[in-house]
Amino acid sequence: MKIAVASGKGGTGKTTIATNLAASISGTATLLDCDVEEPNAHLFLKPEFIRSNPVDVFVPAIDSEKCNGCRACVDICRFNALTAVGSQVLVFPELCHSCRGCQLVCPEQAVTAQSRTIGWIESAQRNDLLFTHGRMRVGEAMAPPLINAVKQEAPQKGHIIIDAPPGTSCPVITTIKTCDFVLLVTEPTPFGLHDLKLAAAVVKSLAIPCGIVLNRSDIGDESVIRFAAENDLEILLKLQYDVEIARSYANGLLLVEQDEHYLTIFQNLLRRIETQLETSVGVL
Amino acid sequence: MKELVIISGKGGTGKTSISAAFASLASNSVICDADVDAANLHLLLAPQPFEHEDFFGGSLAVINQQQCIECGTCAELCTFQAISEALVIDPIACEGCGVCVDFCPEGAIDFPVQKCGETFFSDTRFGPMSHARLGIAEENSGKLVSVIRKKARQYAEERRASMILTDGPPGIGCPVIASITGATAVLIIVETSLASLHDLKRVNELAEHFKLPVMVCINKCDVDEQIRSSIEAFTTDKSIEIVGRIPFHHDVTRAMVEGKTILERSVDPDLEKAIRSSWSNTMRVLDRLGTPQPVQLNFITNKE
Repeated sequence: MKIAVASGKGGTGKTTIATNLAASISGTATLLDCDVEEPNAHLFLKPEFIRSNPVDVFVPAIDSEKCNGCRACVDICRFNALTAVGSQVLVFPELCHSCRGCQLVCPEQAVTAQSRTIGWIESAQRNDLLFTHGRMRVGEAMAPPLINAVKQEAPQKGHIIIDAPPGTSCPVITTIKTCDFVLLVTEPTPFGLHDLKLAAAVVKSLAIPCGIVLNRSDIGDESVIRFAAENDLEILLKLQYDVEIARSYANGLLLVEQDEHYLTIFQNLLRRIETQLETSVGVL
Repeated sequence: MKELVIISGKGGTGKTSISAAFASLASNSVICDADVDAANLHLLLAPQPFEHEDFFGGSLAVINQQQCIECGTCAELCTFQAISEALVIDPIACEGCGVCVDFCPEGAIDFPVQKCGETFFSDTRFGPMSHARLGIAEENSGKLVSVIRKKARQYAEERRASMILTDGPPGIGCPVIASITGATAVLIIVETSLASLHDLKRVNELAEHFKLPVMVCINKCDVDEQIRSSIEAFTTDKSIEIVGRIPFHHDVTRAMVEGKTILERSVDPDLEKAIRSSWSNTMRVLDRLGTPQPVQLNFITNKE
């Protein structure tokens, strides 16, 4: 079962929920950190990485001896990754989406495949928890190929918790599609509500069941609770603002290892997700 | 024309609340919300749009069933696994590369351009604002950021505004790169947590990569003294100026709930003082920096 932890707005507590939920599971579980631009889950797990692999993507290279300057490659590229300067073709690797159109279209076989490292996936084991994250090379624009590489580390069975990046566009969609459930973490403020609405619409467009975690539930107003009720979204967990949570978070500590009380809270959260999934499967 | 872009690496450190407070203190500025994915600045500034345009991002492949001979070439060539064995295109997986369109032997694949969102130019009580709304599950957020920054710049030049104040997105990827390239300087908002410090280092590396001057403002500076010292050690090491230290206070959330910027409400005097001095220090650093040369943003220009 794959559970993604997402939110439109950043800083609502995704990583806190994902790491503690994963650490609360008894037996083998997997945590994947798909926020490859700014991965943070490892700061809480502090695991020793046992494996690090580069993730390479296709980029074209132009064999200038074979190139006849026809510009077919430049014309086919929708991403402006190729430009002709006089009779010479220049490649801008950061703009390439690896569609291979240039290679397919070249009549002279002058476009050859080169690979480029866009980031690394690193894996670790911490007690019974398998952990993998992606770390995008600074200066890279596109996260999705690296996110897909992280997701491929998911085992076939067992509980898989996925920490998603913030926002509502490509990186989030790449992360949550193929998940069984999305946990939307928000806070009861106008920013939290606004971005929850966007995130819920994205999840709905992918037809994935979801539920809400209301973090710092006592700091703002009632509008998230109202929105959830009006849209049949279940609030699966409310966590009040607590200076101790803020300090634990600041210092990269896991709540479930600090306090038995939180262990029970996160185990109950998993149970509620499972119940919700069972009942929705029953309906289908 | 100077442009200050406020970013953070990690989300939720206070970019938008601080951007809005700065907007209330700035005079003769153009405001730009470059966090098009999850835009929030409009919730505090209540912009009244006077200009509105559709934003067309990329195109999406659509198989014309009448013409299709089911040869499977498209599915075979698609590197994004967007075309199923039954030859149905998944619009979410489609990257818009057009390879299937160009190589279909029957010319049976259409490639309509997609409306991905909307751009707005608005009046606010603190001046004009360029902003956007990205459609649900749409791509091309980097391109949309470039469009609204360009609009902000044009307007600012026409009206001889003194600066552009841009609220940026979290992360270090495509929309962030589109937000910061060619700016005068970036202001990184960091909070006193290990995660935020970790992300500060990565986003600072990104700014170094694009040779942009960096300032740092420590928000919620009193949550953890030790991490604050680590942030200060990092900025000293990198010769980055800390322009502000803002204490944690529930008044920030209270102002947000009321739809106000922090200084439009009576707030804790230490909080108010910290915000005012962050702004004046930021302006002092910005004044010292030269106006940057406009750069060509390659990945935003349209094909035509």
